[in-house]
Amino acid sequence: MLCERCKEREASVHFTKIINNEKTELNLCEECAREYQEKFSFTFEPNFPIHHFLTSLFSDAIDTTRDRTLHREMICPVCNISYANFANSGKLGCSYCYENFQERLEPLLKRIHGSTQHSGKFPQRAGGKFKIKQQIRELKSQLQKLVAEEKFEKAAEVRDKVKELEAKLKE
Amino acid sequence: MLKDFVTTLNTKWLDASGPHTDVVISSRVRLARNLKDLPFPHLMNEEHDNQLIEKLRTTIDSQNLVKKTGPLEFTLLKELNSLEKRILVEKHLISPEHAGSSSGGVIFSKDQSISIMVKEEDHLRIQCILPGLQITDSYNMANTLDDLLEENLDYAFHERYGYLTACPTNVGTGMRASVMMHLPGLVLTKQVNKVLTALSQVGLVVRGIYGEGTEPLGNLFQISNGTTIGRSEEEVVTNLSSVIKQIIDQERVARERFYNGNKLHLEDKIMRAKGILENAKLMDSDEALKLISALKLGIDLGIIEAINLKVYYNLLVAIQPAYLQYTSGQRGMGPEERDKKRAEIIKEILRK
Ligand SMILES: [Zn+2]
Ligand SMILES: [Zn+2]
Repeated sequence: MLCERCKEREASVHFTKIINNEKTELNLCEECAREYQEKFSFTFEPNFPIHHFLTSLFSDAIDTTRDRTLHREMICPVCNISYANFANSGKLGCSYCYENFQERLEPLLKRIHGSTQHSGKFPQRAGGKFKIKQQIRELKSQLQKLVAEEKFEKAAEVRDKVKELEAKLKE
Repeated sequence: MLKDFVTTLNTKWLDASGPHTDVVISSRVRLARNLKDLPFPHLMNEEHDNQLIEKLRTTIDSQNLVKKTGPLEFTLLKELNSLEKRILVEKHLISPEHAGSSSGGVIFSKDQSISIMVKEEDHLRIQCILPGLQITDSYNMANTLDDLLEENLDYAFHERYGYLTACPTNVGTGMRASVMMHLPGLVLTKQVNKVLTALSQVGLVVRGIYGEGTEPLGNLFQISNGTTIGRSEEEVVTNLSSVIKQIIDQERVARERFYNGNKLHLEDKIMRAKGILENAKLMDSDEALKLISALKLGIDLGIIEAINLKVYYNLLVAIQPAYLQYTSGQRGMGPEERDKKRAEIIKEILRK
């Protein structure tokens, strides 16, 4: 399919807009899509509520083709490695890749390990807050168990302890 | 000139001490760690290499660390030739991947119970290896060393994901705890596949140490934790340890049953193995691994009394190709020369 705007390049991005219950589709090439998107958001910039509404509509209406294009281009700005590069080699480029590729790594970790929450050791020197947060996590799961077992008195104790630790975290 | 720390068999895990050495050869814990402000090893340039090495040199020289772990020795991989690196692999002190590298280095404690691979897949792979079933002790050692290193190093750590590693399969604790087991009883009674399949259902990973296929050479198996995020180090180690203890029991029962049912045949098999080891002129490494497995079984069952278990441990390393070639001082040995040398070295060790 050719791009509906320039009618030169292959259309690879597909927008679906729903305005007044009417569905319109727009098929654009990569380049026109970028321009279109910029212009679109610029036009509505001063008018905050409408703009806000429309951008959220935008991000939701972009279909999976667009999604795939985005992922292919995902690049860690710290080490310059792309997600595709990682997918090929199995190796991330730097420790910041974990945050930069987070949305794709989460499901991957879940698949590999069955979990995405570390519950082990943390560095001692950097660790004051980690330690408290870990304690809170442990207490909370204990709390759930106690409630399920209807041991409310004990549960209240644990809940108070959680509150105490949470206050300490905010200090 | 031969390098002493390469050739020595006075490596802690080879001294055959520790509990349950009749079934468990060794226990190893490995922690993967990275520094926050360097790219992962495969993206490091020479300047990064130097930064990492400098940082580590000062770290391992810190007074507090030396006081608690004893002195640690840093060797750059480029100071070692390929044969020397392969011997370190044969002694389970570095990985085959690391032996293939020429940048990075390796850090040893005097008895080699501690080894740290520098710039393997991660900046640091802290490893502690002890003889017998001492997985908790290995973990405690690695853990203490990790704390001491962290006093001077800024680790890459994420609140949610834990210790960050180059490959997401190691993220979280960064820990791989593994136990090397000798399971001739389960192999002889054809139960080994059943037992090992059950392990995968509790999240453990099994592989043969030498050879491929269902019957690994020498009846040696390595069992380790499969995942690294979601459970604490203590949980993983405790779980592994309790599973290993069950396998130990099963192996002992299998040996006893088999021995009682096939007394003469088993004794014959073991004494023949001993006879061949003591007299052969040529010995390839597959045959040697099989025969020393029988020898060990003989020692454990009390069929062979005059030979110490430590002999088996020494043989396990001394029959390996790189070790043979290096200690003979000959370059480019052919297969026949190697088999001749292997037969000689086995005789020599058995005579001790
Ligand atoms: Zn176009
Ligand atoms: Zn990165």
